[in-house]
Amino acid sequence: MSPIIAVEGLTKTYASGFQALKGVDLAINRGEIFALLGPNGAGKTTLISIVCGIVNPTGGVVKVGGHDVVRDYRAARSLIGLVPQELTTDMFETVWNTVSFSRGLFGKPNNPALVEKVLRDLSLWEKRDSKIMALSGGMKRRVMIAKALSHEPQVLFLDEPTAGVDVELRRSMWDMVRRLQETGVTVILTTHYIEEAEEMADRVGVIRQGEIVVVEEKAALMRKLGRRQLTLHLREPLAALPPDLADPALELSADGCELTYTFDAQADHGGVAELLRRLAERGIDFKDLQTSESSLEDIFVSLVRGRP
Amino acid sequence: MNGYAIRAIYLFEMARTWRTLMQSIASPVLSTSLYFVVFGSAIGSRMAEIDGVSYGAFIVPGLVMLSILTESLSNASFGIYMPRFSGTIYEVLSAPVSAAEIVLGYVGAAATKSVILGAIILLTARLFVPYGIQHPGWMLAFLLLTSITFSLFGFIIGVWADSFEKLQVVPMMIITPLTFLGGSFYSIDMLPPFWRTLTLFNPVVYLVSGFRWSFFGVADVHVGVSLAMTLAFMAACLLVIWRVFATGYKLKN
Repeated sequence: MSPIIAVEGLTKTYASGFQALKGVDLAINRGEIFALLGPNGAGKTTLISIVCGIVNPTGGVVKVGGHDVVRDYRAARSLIGLVPQELTTDMFETVWNTVSFSRGLFGKPNNPALVEKVLRDLSLWEKRDSKIMALSGGMKRRVMIAKALSHEPQVLFLDEPTAGVDVELRRSMWDMVRRLQETGVTVILTTHYIEEAEEMADRVGVIRQGEIVVVEEKAALMRKLGRRQLTLHLREPLAALPPDLADPALELSADGCELTYTFDAQADHGGVAELLRRLAERGIDFKDLQTSESSLEDIFVSLVRGRP
Repeated sequence: MNGYAIRAIYLFEMARTWRTLMQSIASPVLSTSLYFVVFGSAIGSRMAEIDGVSYGAFIVPGLVMLSILTESLSNASFGIYMPRFSGTIYEVLSAPVSAAEIVLGYVGAAATKSVILGAIILLTARLFVPYGIQHPGWMLAFLLLTSITFSLFGFIIGVWADSFEKLQVVPMMIITPLTFLGGSFYSIDMLPPFWRTLTLFNPVVYLVSGFRWSFFGVADVHVGVSLAMTLAFMAACLLVIWRVFATGYKLKN
């Protein structure tokens, strides 16, 4: 199946000379939830803005549903709904009017039943006649999502959708995104909350300094880059590691009470059993042990620091 | 053609007009009425006729032009500046609309408002001074052309400006002086030859002259020249707007 979004060799240099994107290639599959991760200033928003037509590309090609976003912008853009990072809405408009306005802007005839459904799904129906300036931040965020959904897009961009949003609302947004996916909508989200990508995404892409560093199935990425750690809480503190136990993977905490062993989740060649056996031989006893798996966040941090 | 989008932008802008009715309609009508009271009735009754037209009536077309120029400019520039300022422009830029459709929506609404305003001022003037309109068709044509042209000009200013101050500067510092010196309150034939020649470089002279001709059949310059100058200015504005969208100037990036 052809990808719904195909980005090839995309570059963007701003007038200031800042090179925001340095030849990005990316393919987003139809119907998936794709999380784009990256530190501030990595190019996430620039990439989204070019796909949506808000920023002109310097070079390269972007196609949405097979339509070039520059030459065939009408067909391309009518497939896209965008929820930008900033809460930018017309303060003096009512919720109903601003959502209906968006639908018209995207070339769709009035459809009060659909607008009602969108507002109800986002728990905004009660507020339909309120002016936007009278709404709370979380509600404004939902108004912006309602605007993006008002014209029945096939692709939804959520740029930092849950920044500054309370836990409950974040959960309800995740549910909404899943429901959208069930109806066949492709969702691309950028986020700082790794937890969000871990929870939601089918695939994860990491962008760093204008380049895509990795694109991978979330599960595969975690399997590939995931590390596990075994921590032993020693009964008697150790002054130093016995020389014959020295191993770069083995670390003793400063107080000598904890011994940490880091190993590859995939390629564990019996290292743990071996370690425990050797500790027992030397009479090093421990009172407790725990293992942990690195999260997407750890993987992300190591990627953006440049050691894949 | 995305007709729904043009309609959406147009209605959105018109809604803004109705929301700010006092500021957008009532205040220009009030200030123009004051001109009529002072210049038309009080001073005008002591002034000689100009080209066979009483002074009170003579200034009607000029005053309507003054309001239309400033209101078209401020409306259209505010209409596009606000979304840029607040950031809501993202939606228009990401929508499947062409530059022509965006301009039609914004400029169409601003021009509509100017025409409504012009009509209200003409009616208000009728309460103070009696006047007739010799060429109603041409009167309407000049009213429309001027409203559209200066709304286009206002759109350009709204795209160019990056502060509220800049937004105010052009109407205040350029348009108001040009209008006052453009024969709104006098015939440029009353000026000494040097100043008369200099005045011909002021585009507002042609607008006022043509508009006044449609009322009284007398003009400072030939009506054909007025029409040509108005159309030329409109073409220049369209060219600039076309460049704005072609290069993305201040709208994208």
